[in-house]
Amino acid sequence: MTVAAQLERDWQRFTPLKRLSRFAFYLFAAVALVISLRTIDVIPEFLYDAPDQMTDLFKRMWPPDLSYIQPTLQGLIETLHIATLGTIIAIILAVPIGLLAARNVTPNFALNLFAKFVFVTSRSINSLVWALLFVAVFGPGPLAGTLAIAFRSIGFTGKLFAEAMEEANAGSIEALTAAGASRWSTLLLGYWPQIRPAFWSIALFRWDINIRESAVLGIVGAGGVGVALDTALNLLYWDQVAVVLIAIFIVVVLAEIIVTSVRGKIL
Amino acid sequence: MIVTDPPASGPRTAFAPNWLARLGWIALAVYVVYAGSQLGFSAARFSTGLEHGHRFLARMFPPNFGRWELIYDGILESLQIAVIATFFGILISLPVGLLAARNLMPAWVSWPMRGIIALCRSFHPIIVAILFVKAIGFGALAGVMALIVASIGFISKLFAEAIEEISLKQVEAVRATGAGFFSILIMGVQPQVLPRFIGFATYQLDSNLRNSTMVGIVGGGGIGAALFTAYQRFDFDVVLAILIVIVSLIMVAEIVSGWARRVFQ
Repeated sequence: MTVAAQLERDWQRFTPLKRLSRFAFYLFAAVALVISLRTIDVIPEFLYDAPDQMTDLFKRMWPPDLSYIQPTLQGLIETLHIATLGTIIAIILAVPIGLLAARNVTPNFALNLFAKFVFVTSRSINSLVWALLFVAVFGPGPLAGTLAIAFRSIGFTGKLFAEAMEEANAGSIEALTAAGASRWSTLLLGYWPQIRPAFWSIALFRWDINIRESAVLGIVGAGGVGVALDTALNLLYWDQVAVVLIAIFIVVVLAEIIVTSVRGKIL
Repeated sequence: MIVTDPPASGPRTAFAPNWLARLGWIALAVYVVYAGSQLGFSAARFSTGLEHGHRFLARMFPPNFGRWELIYDGILESLQIAVIATFFGILISLPVGLLAARNLMPAWVSWPMRGIIALCRSFHPIIVAILFVKAIGFGALAGVMALIVASIGFISKLFAEAIEEISLKQVEAVRATGAGFFSILIMGVQPQVLPRFIGFATYQLDSNLRNSTMVGIVGGGGIGAALFTAYQRFDFDVVLAILIVIVSLIMVAEIVSGWARRVFQ
């Protein structure tokens, strides 16, 4: 090819296939959006007085009913216990399944697939739906909430744990195996030191999410501060609802600050 | 010649036990027992629960797809809620995330924006949905609004972080050609963040789809309403059918969004 021909060439950033698939993606997104907007069942009359309703809502919320702080605090402590215990149970269940999902630890395609299926199921079902199921089994209360949080978290923690295992450096594992280490020792002394920062980071991250999630489980009767919220909502005591919402906001922000600072130190 | 003695602690042991870590694990175990007793967990309660669970599972099987029209309508509405909420969530997140990026914006712009993002993130979508149901009544619109708020909280935060991590050299190069502010954004910033942005957007679509199956419980439309009604009528076989549909829908959505992420890599 001569220099002139090279200069004449039409430079393009992406291959035709890539451009075609990008176009397909945008087209698909646009079609989905248009169909959804045209067919969704919305009653526009409800929108007219929405601003009035909103101001009414905030007027009723102010001033917050300070006498409701006591039940809110009790609920919050329960929520924190539910979130923490739920996270711990989730990790206990997720670690063995995560080992099955990690392709370098378990070189068995069927087992990998099974573990992935467990993770997807756990993540697809919302924590409120898990709570409904466990309330039906164990009755209303924090036990149902804790198990809901645990089962919902298995997918998230397990998936990230398996990914961390797969990224572990194979060299030290091989060294241990060559020295005659048992399978258990390889896991404890080869993998564990490598994935420890990732492990704690996943656990803390999930704990942070679980505080948010466990705060609403009470709406379906699964314990925590959501019970106080639900009671106030059902009685239309919006000034009490305001107290609960402010309390949840403070706890969530505090948890996020703690988690961010601790994660910054261990990672 | 001075011979340095080995440390007085004796021979070095490989993989010496870490007593501090062990103490930490013991403290964690003590906490578990304490918290469990605070929440009123007991073996008796657990075993009666398992008995209930047995009957519960028995009533769930086989799944009952007889009400498939109801399920179909609900799933369709959930999909609509998820798509619309993701679209408007992204539309609002673009300026909010840009304004919250500390490397492109002055502090007096970025801090209030970060406050808004924190506010959107700290409330669970279900709480936002309850407030919107009160403000604009029952129906899909309340669910859409709630998920828009959740999407703003998530996408704006990650988008702002992605912008903060870009290389400013390209921005400077575009600026040196005399480009205006919007040209800098489109030619200098956008190519650097687009792949990650598509990643967040498709992830948020998955997440909105999962959450849109739930907002119906508080009156926000979608399959959640059908699920909750079936649950309250103790039609657990219908509940299982709905759950199977939800799980398979989300599996398909994850495959599709994985494909989208690869296209934009």
